[in-house]
Amino acid sequence: MAATQQPATQVYTKPLPTPSSVSQPFWDAAKEHRLIFQRCRLCGTRVFYPRDICPGPQCFGVGSLDWVESTGKGRLYSYTVSYQPAHQAFAGDVPYVLAIIEMDEGWRMTSNLINFGSQDALRIGLRVEVVWDDVTPEFSLPKFQPFRQ
Amino acid sequence: MPDTLRGAAVIVGIGELKPERSRPGRDVMSLLTEAAYRAIQDAGLTKEDIDGFVMDAGMEGASGFNTTMAEHMGIYPTFATGCDAQGAAGVTMALQAAAYVNAGLAEYVLCGMAAAIDTGGRRRPAAPTRTETSGSEFVVPFGPTVGANGNYAMIARRHEELYGTTVEKRAKIAVDLRYNANHNPMAIFHDTPITIADVVNSRIVADPLHLLECVMPCAGACAFVVTRADLAHGMRHKPAYILGGALGISRNNLQYVGEITVSPVGRAARKAFAMAGYGPNDVQVMEIYDSFTITVICELEDSGFCNKGEGGDWIQAHDLTFTGDKPLNTHGGQLSYGQASTAGGCAQVTEAVRQIRRDGGEHQVPGPTDLIYVTGSGGSFSQQGALLLGSDATL
Ligand SMILES: [Zn+2]
Repeated sequence: MAATQQPATQVYTKPLPTPSSVSQPFWDAAKEHRLIFQRCRLCGTRVFYPRDICPGPQCFGVGSLDWVESTGKGRLYSYTVSYQPAHQAFAGDVPYVLAIIEMDEGWRMTSNLINFGSQDALRIGLRVEVVWDDVTPEFSLPKFQPFRQ
Repeated sequence: MPDTLRGAAVIVGIGELKPERSRPGRDVMSLLTEAAYRAIQDAGLTKEDIDGFVMDAGMEGASGFNTTMAEHMGIYPTFATGCDAQGAAGVTMALQAAAYVNAGLAEYVLCGMAAAIDTGGRRRPAAPTRTETSGSEFVVPFGPTVGANGNYAMIARRHEELYGTTVEKRAKIAVDLRYNANHNPMAIFHDTPITIADVVNSRIVADPLHLLECVMPCAGACAFVVTRADLAHGMRHKPAYILGGALGISRNNLQYVGEITVSPVGRAARKAFAMAGYGPNDVQVMEIYDSFTITVICELEDSGFCNKGEGGDWIQAHDLTFTGDKPLNTHGGQLSYGQASTAGGCAQVTEAVRQIRRDGGEHQVPGPTDLIYVTGSGGSFSQQGALLLGSDATL
């Protein structure tokens, strides 16, 4: 999978994740460019954001969520194009696409859609794949681009 | 004690402050107290009569808010709780208060909330930059958005692509509501008419939502008093009965589970209509929570006024102005009356009471106003409420 590198001279000023003990494995895997999510070993429910309790409809699982690696492929579920960043650090990125991605394993996450060319190419249902943005030595952010076979 | 709340409680007093861009020198306690004083006086009650509170401390949150308000108003009730329902607070409080007065916990319950903007200028809501919560850790690093704008943009985009609900269709809501506001001196946009072209050509705030499709932060306050139906007899105003109501509590984060264009007001509406013994076709006036144009469309669909996906066409087929065939947000809605934070949703409850009383003045619905459907919506379709208010004719 492709990776993008921030120029070493540039200081990264955007908000970074603040991992908890529960979410730390996600960011550890991200550093290795592996996209992981959780699945309940009792009921099979797929879970994201990371947590330690299963929210499955029939399930009372505590500590029952296992980390599973995603294929990194999914579809664009919905999106918005940001023209005015609410946070100044994103000012240089506008217009950028904030998106909900539905992964093939049936879980969703918020991310950015990048490398899509023209906005006319954006459609709900668009096939996408993860692409890693190594924003700092500690953090790689999973972003998505159109999937090219 | 009744086996349901149908007709068991009445909203007997209402009080609002006109929404303004800012109210310099006024804090939440001051604004809420003034609206509460209006509501108590409107009911023809004294401060000593009030023996219950349901107060919303506001979006910033505050500990011990009921005691702060007791001290501020010089009213010391024997039962008081808070309400943390965001934009659904008005509907939620009405139901809380209805339950309390019928459980013998209080007789006259004061409900209220306020929003202060004290800058003397315009407040721009700050975007979140902290990332230590489950709701922010996996969102903010990708680009925070102001308030709920980003989430409702995602809802609008999906509704547009699934059902063809373009800005040209959504815009009619903003235009019809502005017409209502143009006839309500309490509305912040009383003096400014708009057209479909104005909405479509207004700048994009959160694509695909345009500026005139989004609420604007205001300072203001809203309060009301609820009592038991038997105690309401002989009071100053024609009674506005709570005929049915329910809430739909859903996820805090929009994006992870469920179809994002489906709002939980559907569950609330089915239960509220069943309690009242009426259906969507019986409703004469609607006060539908309108944080954005798309919010109204989804709520209309999910409440059963039309099928899913048909909301955009439904609003084209109907006149939503207060003189129209489907009067909706008769005071102008939050889009044009103003949204003083959670008091914006509360003003949709008090407007329904005003219409039932036939006290709407210039914006009084000319047709019958004996069954009014009110919704509230908090978060990003996170928690919603449905309320049916009626008169002696529909009791
Ligand atoms: Zn489980």
